[in-house]
Amino acid sequence: MDEAVARKLRVLADAAKYDASCASSGAPKRSAGRDGIGSTDKVGICHSYTPDGRCVSLLKVLLTNYCLFDCVYCVNRRSSNVQRARFSVNEIVDLTIAFYKRNYIEGLFLSSGIIRSPDYTMEQLVLVAKTLRQERGYRGYIHLKTIPEASPWLIEQAGLWADRLSVNLELPTDEGLARLAPEKTATTIRSAMGQMRERIAQGRAEGRSFSPAGQSTQLIVGADGASDEAILQTSAGLYESYDLRRVYYSAFSPIPDSSAVLPSRSPPLQRENRLYQADWLLRHYGFAVDEIASGGEGGMLDLDVDPKLAWALKNRHRFPVDVNLADREMLLRVPGLGKRAVDKIVATRRHARLGLKDLTRLTGTLKRARPFLIADDHHPGRSLDALDLRPRLVEAEAQMSLF
Amino acid sequence: MGSPAAVRRPAARRVVLGEGADLDGFRRAVRALVAEGVAPEDVSWNAGGQGGLFGEAPEAPGQAPPLSLPRQLAGRITEVVPHRDPERYGLLYRAIWRVLRGERDLLEIASDPLVHRLDLLARSVRRDIHKMHAYLRFRKVVGGPPDGPEVFAAWFEPDHFILEQAAPFFAERFRSMLWSIVTPVGSALWDGEELRFGPPGCRSDVPGEDGFEAGWTGYYESIFNPARTNPKLMRSHMAKKYWHNLPEAAAIPNLVRSAGGRTAGMIGKEASVPAKRVPERALAAMLDQAPGSLEELNALIRSAGPLVPGATQAVVGEGPANASVVFVGEQPGDEEDLQGRPFVGPAGRLLERAMGEAGIERRDVYLTNAVKHFKFEQRGKRRIHSKPTAGEVSHYRWWLMRELELVEPKLVVALGGTAVLALTGKQVPITRARGPAVLLDGFQGFITVHPSYLLRLPDQDAKAAAYAQFVGDLEQVRQLGEAGRSAGPKG
Repeated sequence: MDEAVARKLRVLADAAKYDASCASSGAPKRSAGRDGIGSTDKVGICHSYTPDGRCVSLLKVLLTNYCLFDCVYCVNRRSSNVQRARFSVNEIVDLTIAFYKRNYIEGLFLSSGIIRSPDYTMEQLVLVAKTLRQERGYRGYIHLKTIPEASPWLIEQAGLWADRLSVNLELPTDEGLARLAPEKTATTIRSAMGQMRERIAQGRAEGRSFSPAGQSTQLIVGADGASDEAILQTSAGLYESYDLRRVYYSAFSPIPDSSAVLPSRSPPLQRENRLYQADWLLRHYGFAVDEIASGGEGGMLDLDVDPKLAWALKNRHRFPVDVNLADREMLLRVPGLGKRAVDKIVATRRHARLGLKDLTRLTGTLKRARPFLIADDHHPGRSLDALDLRPRLVEAEAQMSLF
Repeated sequence: MGSPAAVRRPAARRVVLGEGADLDGFRRAVRALVAEGVAPEDVSWNAGGQGGLFGEAPEAPGQAPPLSLPRQLAGRITEVVPHRDPERYGLLYRAIWRVLRGERDLLEIASDPLVHRLDLLARSVRRDIHKMHAYLRFRKVVGGPPDGPEVFAAWFEPDHFILEQAAPFFAERFRSMLWSIVTPVGSALWDGEELRFGPPGCRSDVPGEDGFEAGWTGYYESIFNPARTNPKLMRSHMAKKYWHNLPEAAAIPNLVRSAGGRTAGMIGKEASVPAKRVPERALAAMLDQAPGSLEELNALIRSAGPLVPGATQAVVGEGPANASVVFVGEQPGDEEDLQGRPFVGPAGRLLERAMGEAGIERRDVYLTNAVKHFKFEQRGKRRIHSKPTAGEVSHYRWWLMRELELVEPKLVVALGGTAVLALTGKQVPITRARGPAVLLDGFQGFITVHPSYLLRLPDQDAKAAAYAQFVGDLEQVRQLGEAGRSAGPKG
């Protein structure tokens, strides 16, 4: 591999790592053509994991980290003194193909600092995707970052080549955005999201490929003063208004050349983790934002226990739940019972009554669920009201690792 | 004292199956055992023998009829057979036995100990296949143009006998490459056409390095964020047993060791003062990006390539840049696509004639289309026009609206349904909307039929009447355009 390209790759991967999104999922099933390479399936593959426990699925790089914008939280803001580099379109295309052929990656996740103008930058991003698809016969995954300040016709083109598009809102409140990202506005970002939402839906309805894996966004956690509840309200609104596949949460992390406005400190990883769990409850478990927030205090989630358990501890009157009788919605609210376990319970109890021993084969986290359940041979009795229930469960949780 | 009257049972059986995932052998054995009514507790299974189906059984294999099993069970068998656990065949046979003896829904009872055990085995096989797809690394053996095709090879050590199930993924993904995968239990070879399986190999059958591994490791090191170090989480996803075949894993110990110091360094460091001045001129120039003239816009459209498949070239608008009337059609047709000019086909000629009768000179107006590329279906040698979808019209709308902003006409004539959709955002029947209208962005508009509609009418009288009405519309257009009644484009 060319030495100069390898050096640039280091700089431009380093510049891209604060974007939490790594997913390569959601694309339709595709196989390589006769003269090409690349395939996709509904669920993507993580080809490696870095020592932060994060998945390496896509080649996540910037086209360039030169940038005219000056977003305070960003390592690549124009006033930062970091080392800069720029790939040519062909360099990034060749690199993607070479890595892909060796089975290092599922595809490309390309973003960029703003150079010359948002339109020029976006054109370059689109050109990379188009070259991969048209000239290299590449059918692997492509995620393109959309630059909301670019002209809308560039989004129209990006969606033809990309599997996923995303615009990062970054700050959960409009006020935070105005203060920390002077060149950006919430209106511009939302209008780009709206355009993508409409076009993705039309493409799906008309059987054409337009960003078939939908759109996603990212919110930075801990750079401004937004509470967890405010962040989750923003997420719920985004899911509702723009049909987003995912909202990613990225704990504000120390960067090599930080601004005086936002000094470096340890990233709030536990808080980020709780927000992901809460987000999961919003999308898959039928919880509303205010219910999740009620599990914590003052709009902040409980850092010691997961948000489902926190909600259950404050709503003990809704428990215990009988695994042999309760409906699916209520089973989903039992701490320690995930979606898959609930599906198994519902399927199994059509044929047999369930006792505790059976449940050990249906969920790996029965210990947490036990105080909230009635089974054939088990009733929690008064233990649900015991004052030490929370400390006991907190201790059990402390033995688990972050997901 | 005699022994209690023993139930008469068939003699105990010992079944010897081939090494690895012997699905065919297992199927034949199960058919024979079921046909004979041999209960699971009377069978001992020996996986990994020297082939030979029934070690001590006299009957010839392949005689017993196929069994009809619930699809879920058949699927579970295929999943579990590649597992390394020597008990797998016995467990599967117990499940088959119970299902055939009336427990048809057995596999749905996930709490049953046998079902649970089979679930765990199947999950472990699925996981093994998934990890092979994830962690296998190809190394280049030879080649690349102009010396012929590139050839790649990989060494992998799966936990179970999964090669035949895992390999088709690579054939689908790396179709134009030639590659082989070598494992301790077999090998797979893709020659560009066919996937073949062969004997086991060893690590030295595969090159010891690849020219991109240093670059890949550099990427791996750079994408890691030391402030988030969590090696335990990493190992839960990527167990240590895989590391020795992953080039990037060599970097892990050092990354973990240095992470604490790097993070403390970032947190401890004072905020820096920017070394560079604020690039005022670049910032001012940055915002001036929208095309400022029709030439610039048209250059953009031409370079973008079709947003609908198939066209030869973009057909952009034509006419005076300050025309007071703009006509918007649907999309270029066959002749327009070849010539690169709008309204030069049959419909364009008809429009020109009608304009002439209404007192409008073609050279005085601006002519364009809602969609700038020809979309068609090939039928033999003919390219048959195919109507753009609503989504495709939306793709092109931004360009159309920018075109109108630049021309600043007094009146925009929407010819036909697609133009109306593009200019109003709504599907409206022409018969109801015909006549003056307010369009998107406040442009004054006039809605009428597309001239191709007149060409398609089969009945001559109807055609003549429709043509007369069209000419009448164009006369109104002329008057509206001359009067300039509208207060400008932005209403």
